Amino acid sequence: MYILGISAYYHDSAACLIHNGNIISAAQEERFTRIKHDPRFPIQAIKYCINNSSISFDEIESIVFYDKPLLKFERLLETYLAEAPKGLKSFLMSIPVWLKDKLFLKSTIAKELSTNFDVKKSSVLPKILFTEHHISHSASAFYPSPFKDSAILTIDGVGEWSTTSLSHGSGNNIEIISEIHFPHSLGLLYSAFTYYTGFKVNSGEYKIMGLAPYGEPVYLERIKEHLIDIKEDGSFKLNMDYFNFNSGLTMTNSKFHDLFGGAPRQSETEVTQKEMNIARSIQELTEEIVILLAKNAKLKTNSENLCLAGGVALNCVANGKLLKNNIFKNIWIQPAAGDAGGALGAALFAYHTHFNNARVISEPDAMKGAYLGPQTNSVEIETMAKKYNAKFQKFTDEESLYDLVSDHLINEKVVGWHQGRMEFGPRALGGRSILGDPRSTKMQSIMNLKIKYRESFRPFAPSILIDELQNWFDIDVKSPYMLLVADINDAKKIIETEETEKLFGIDKLKIPRSTIPAITHVDYSARIQTVSKDTNPKYYGLINSFHKKTSCPVLVNTSFNVRGEPIVCTAEDSYKCFMRTEMDVLVIENYIFYKNNQPNYDDKEKWQEKFRLD
Amino acid sequence: MDFLSQLFAFFKERKKYWLAPIIIVLLLLGGLIILSSLPAIAPFIYTLF
Repeated sequence: MYILGISAYYHDSAACLIHNGNIISAAQEERFTRIKHDPRFPIQAIKYCINNSSISFDEIESIVFYDKPLLKFERLLETYLAEAPKGLKSFLMSIPVWLKDKLFLKSTIAKELSTNFDVKKSSVLPKILFTEHHISHSASAFYPSPFKDSAILTIDGVGEWSTTSLSHGSGNNIEIISEIHFPHSLGLLYSAFTYYTGFKVNSGEYKIMGLAPYGEPVYLERIKEHLIDIKEDGSFKLNMDYFNFNSGLTMTNSKFHDLFGGAPRQSETEVTQKEMNIARSIQELTEEIVILLAKNAKLKTNSENLCLAGGVALNCVANGKLLKNNIFKNIWIQPAAGDAGGALGAALFAYHTHFNNARVISEPDAMKGAYLGPQTNSVEIETMAKKYNAKFQKFTDEESLYDLVSDHLINEKVVGWHQGRMEFGPRALGGRSILGDPRSTKMQSIMNLKIKYRESFRPFAPSILIDELQNWFDIDVKSPYMLLVADINDAKKIIETEETEKLFGIDKLKIPRSTIPAITHVDYSARIQTVSKDTNPKYYGLINSFHKKTSCPVLVNTSFNVRGEPIVCTAEDSYKCFMRTEMDVLVIENYIFYKNNQPNYDDKEKWQEKFRLD
Repeated sequence: MDFLSQLFAFFKERKKYWLAPIIIVLLLLGGLIILSSLPAIAPFIYTLF
């Protein structure tokens, strides 16, 4: 039985195909259209899923959409009514979209599919089902996890009404225990501070998390006193006097700005100590709430296991703290924890609950390392090379390729690494990554300023061979999806002197803090990806080769894109990104390209204009 | 028709019949939007709308 899951129309639209409960393929639309967080109907992603399995629409039993439009519309109308006459401008802007498309989603989906696929009449389309937004998240966290029984926490901005949910998963069943409803939302509170500190809502949240260690939690008490009322069980209420998101077109209002001493920072202006302190304060508050919610989840379910999803589950610093608190014996986090993962959850929920099929548990999990996207073949690489007159060297022996690439890394070259199937979710996990030597003191600055063209304060993440994990980091569980943060081992730390301890804010960045400074954040933490031979043998092979030569089993791993660009998908995307940046070497499967051998590249698209800064 | 039956099932399930007149008026307005082919662009913030 094939089931197609779809998420669309808000942000990060995606498609996922499952066969008898087994996840076959999944991809975000942005990777194909090259528009970051593309919310449009995921035609390209669906085409990929269908073509990759060589099936026709007739073979699909059901199409499942990841939320319920009527329920969301009910929330919108009730909120506008409660706030009226405030919110008129927002009402006039949002309602036409609903009346035109979103409300008639069933026929919109049928129309999109019959226009783009060989389906003559919408009556022969598979049955279209809808799941609730937080159920989709819960299902995406529980069904692929290795747990028979688990507490499930989903925390995000908002779905229909729910912003936070606690459920209990057992066998093939998910039972909702409690929910927190709009407008009381931890995700939206975090986004309000993202907005206030001058970053883009729904993409700048990572930056707040990265900025937090440069600051002090000086605003924490003020936030607790004025903005949020937190109960012992982790439930909370926002004081809506300070927010504008429920009916306005901004996240915060003048009362909020007065509380924090001024208007929001303008985008692309200097990030000051104030923003760093705000980031630290909201980060600490988030961690506190997540831990309280997890304690309540333990109390209510008495399970040893916890599954997490929803945008807030991508806050790997909070996840790391949760792990350290030992509330649950095991934690599993959906790698596509944001809305893209809703497509996967919707399909799995329909398979197990609507069609009542039993669940087969996979080890280490059912996500196949999140490598669920398209793979590039030799024909595609050579066609691309011909188009751009690109010079390459082809390898038949993988070991020689690893040997050569690891030499380049040791010589502080920056390498674009395009291998195997593309990752599903926001993290590059060695399928579409840019790699560097973590021992280099200049690597963080090179990668931020010359390769990614992004803010210099942003940290990079390490990929480490799974068997070496405990020799380098203070963590004893695997983190294959880069969703846990842990401290570097004491033995690898470079202890601060009295003089360096006095440094404040961004100046902290100048001091190497460990033997692998490029991936050590200013608080000695790192966002870890553990690499195992089973899920990514090629990436493992490369790091292993680097390890043998340097005794360092770690590489810097950042996503293969520039700021504002979706992660690369095809060989052509990779080559273009390689030529636009100061990257030295590009490896696509067994083909290696050197920058100094390539013909002049005339960037007709002007990527600085094409990709809007995030 | 499919949509109307869904809408009725929704009112029944959620017991929110008081929303019916608002939705019907909005649907009529929606018809006007489609007929006049006015562009419909959503507000920018997050996924609220």
